[in-house]
Amino acid sequence: MPPLDIVLAAIVNGVLTGGVYALVALGLTLIYGVLHIVNFAHGSLLMLAMFGCWLFSAQLGIDPYVALPGMTLIAFAAGWSLYAGIIGRVSRGDDRGILLATLGLAVVLDNLALVLFTGDTRTIDTPYSFDVVEFGPMLIPVPKLVSFAVALVLAALLWAFMTRTDHGRAIRAVAREPDGARLVGIDPPRIFALSYGIGIACLGAAACLLLPSFYVSPQVGNTFVLVAFTVVVLGGMGSFPGAVVGGLLVGVTESLGGLFLGESLGPIGIPLVFVAVLLLRPSGLFKAAR
Amino acid sequence: MTATITRRTALTAAATLAMPAVLRAEAPVVKLGLIHPMTGPLAFAGGQCRLGATMAIADVNGSGGIKSMGGAKIEALLGDAQLKPELAASLVDQFAEAGAAGFTGAYSSSLGLAATQAAAKYDLPFSIDSGVADSLTTRGLANTFRLFPGASTTVDGAMGELAGVNKAAGSPVKTAVLVHENSEFGTNTANVLKEKLPSIGIEVLEIMPHATPTRDFSNIVLRIREKKPDLVILSNYANEYVLLIRTLVQQRVPLVAMFSVLGGGFSLKFAKEQPEISENVMDYNHWFNPRVPASLAFRKKVEDAGNTFTWEILFGYYAVRLLTDAFERAGSADKAKTLPALAASTYYPDMLPYGPTKFVSGQNQGAQASGLQIQHGDIAVIWPEQFANAKPVFPRPKI
Repeated sequence: MPPLDIVLAAIVNGVLTGGVYALVALGLTLIYGVLHIVNFAHGSLLMLAMFGCWLFSAQLGIDPYVALPGMTLIAFAAGWSLYAGIIGRVSRGDDRGILLATLGLAVVLDNLALVLFTGDTRTIDTPYSFDVVEFGPMLIPVPKLVSFAVALVLAALLWAFMTRTDHGRAIRAVAREPDGARLVGIDPPRIFALSYGIGIACLGAAACLLLPSFYVSPQVGNTFVLVAFTVVVLGGMGSFPGAVVGGLLVGVTESLGGLFLGESLGPIGIPLVFVAVLLLRPSGLFKAAR
Repeated sequence: MTATITRRTALTAAATLAMPAVLRAEAPVVKLGLIHPMTGPLAFAGGQCRLGATMAIADVNGSGGIKSMGGAKIEALLGDAQLKPELAASLVDQFAEAGAAGFTGAYSSSLGLAATQAAAKYDLPFSIDSGVADSLTTRGLANTFRLFPGASTTVDGAMGELAGVNKAAGSPVKTAVLVHENSEFGTNTANVLKEKLPSIGIEVLEIMPHATPTRDFSNIVLRIREKKPDLVILSNYANEYVLLIRTLVQQRVPLVAMFSVLGGGFSLKFAKEQPEISENVMDYNHWFNPRVPASLAFRKKVEDAGNTFTWEILFGYYAVRLLTDAFERAGSADKAKTLPALAASTYYPDMLPYGPTKFVSGQNQGAQASGLQIQHGDIAVIWPEQFANAKPVFPRPKI
C-alpha cells in the first residue's frame, strides 16, 4: 500500500488530468451527445488544432494561452465550414452517411498532417511549462491547473448557452424533433453546422491548454478520442456537467488504477467503471441537456 | 476532332518508346528496394532512413555510378511497409519481381524480420539499416547483413559506459529504478538491464512498466520519488520518453543521472526544443564519430537542406553504401557474386565510431554504439574516450 501522501497526490493529479479529458469531451458531448453525430474526426481535428497552436507558438512566437481566443474562433469557423461544405452535403442528413463522412475526413486529415508536418513529435517550451504550485508535499503543475480551471469555465458557459439562449434552445429542438423544429422556422442544417462549429471550437481551446504540457504528432488525436467517447457516455449523452464529472472520474480512476495496479494493468479501471455505470445507470450519470 | 495516326507519327512514337531501352543498354541500372515505415507511428524514423538511403544513391550516381559495371546507376524502388510485417514481406516480393538486386530497410526489427526472410526466398542481399533485434542476424539467413550493432552488443556497451563513468566519478550511483514501456522492446531491455546492473554494482530498486501511449507520468514519478533512486533508466518510445523526463524535472526528483539505452526520445530535436530539461540526460545510442570532419560536414548537409539530423539518416546512408561497395567489388549485381562479396566485406563506414568491419553470420563485429550526453543543446559523445568530444557531466547538477 503506497503512503497516504502519494495516494492524495495521485487523486489530485487524476482530478487535474480529468480536467483535460473533460475539455476534449465537451465538444464531443455536443456533437455526439446532443446531435448524435458519431464524429470519428474528433481526434484528427484536435490534432489539427494542436498543430495550429504549435504553429502559432513555434513559428510566430504567440503564447498558447494568448492564442486561445483566436484558435477557438478559427476552430469554430473550420468546424462550421467542414459541416456545411463537406459532412452535411456528403451525408445528406443520413446517420450512416455522417459516420462514413467523418471517418473519411479523419483519414484525409491524418494523412494530410503526415504530409505537412511529417510523423515527427513536437513540443513547445513556454516559461511556465515547468512552474509548479507547492501544496504541502505536492508539486502541482501550473499548466494543469489552468486547463482544469478553463475546462470548468467552458463547461459552465456551454451549459448556459444551451439552456439560456435561443440558439441553444434551437439546437436542443433540432436534436429532439427536426421536423417540428423546421415547422417553427428553425433551419436544421444551419443548426447542425452551428453545433459542429461549437464542438470543434472546444477542441481549439483544448489544444491551446494541452500544448504547454503535452506533445503533438499526427497520431495524437487517438490518445484522447476513445477516452472522450467514454467520458461522454459515462457522464450522460449531451450533458455538460456530465462531461466534466465524467472526465474527472475517468482521470481519478486512471490515476488510482495506475498507482495500485501498475501502469500496465491500471488502464482497465476506466472500462470497469464504464461498464459499471452502464449496468447501473444506463443513461449515464447526468441527464442530458434536452 | 478525329485523330489520324500517320506513318510518321507512328514511327516517332516507336522511336520515343525505344529510346529508354537504348539508354539503358548504354548505362545499366541496378535497382534497390528501400522498404521503410513511411506512414503510421514510425513514419518519422522511417522517412529519415529513406532520406539517408536516397542521399547515398545520389552520391554513388553523382560520382559515376558503379564503375566496375560500366558506370551503372542505382535506381531506388520505394516501399511503405507502415507497421505491418506482412506488408514488408509483400513489398520484397513486388520489388524482386521488378528486378531489385538487393534491399535495405526496414527501421523496425519486426518489419526487418519479415522482410529479410522474404528476401531470403530469392537469395537477394538485404542490408539492414536499423532494427537492433539480435535475431535479425542469428537465424542463419545467408542474405542478411547488418553493418550496425545488435541489441546484446549495445546493452553490453551501455553497461561498460555506465560502469566506467560511474567509477570515474567515485561511484555516486548505487541504486536505480527502471521505467519501461510494456511491449517487447521495453520489457526485453528492462529484463536484460535488471540482470546486468548488479554486476556493475548498481541495485535495481524497482521496475515500472507503462503502456504506450501514456498520457501522464505523474504517478510513476510519485513512486520514483518514494523509492529515492540515484539513477532512472528509461526504455520507451519518443513521446513517453520526453513526457517522463519532463515530469521528473517538473517534480524535482533529485537524481544523479537519467540514462537510457537506445532512448526513443534522445535526439537533437529534444536537445534543441527542450534545452532546460534535456540538459545532461545520458543515452547509449548510435551516433557519428565527432572527431571525423566528414561526419560534421554530412550533418551540415542534412541540416542545410532543412532536415532534422538523426542517426537513422547515417544508417540509411551506409546500408546502401555497403551494398553498392559489394556491387563495385563483385563487378556485378548478380546475387551469386554479391552475396560472397558482402560476406567478405571490410567496407568501413568512416563517419561512425566503429572498429574494423568483419562480418560473422551477417553481423558486423566492429559495430558499436557510443555513450552520449546532451550538453548545451547539442549531443556530445562522452564514451568511449577514443571517440569522445566532451567530458561527462556526472553527477548532474541538482535540479
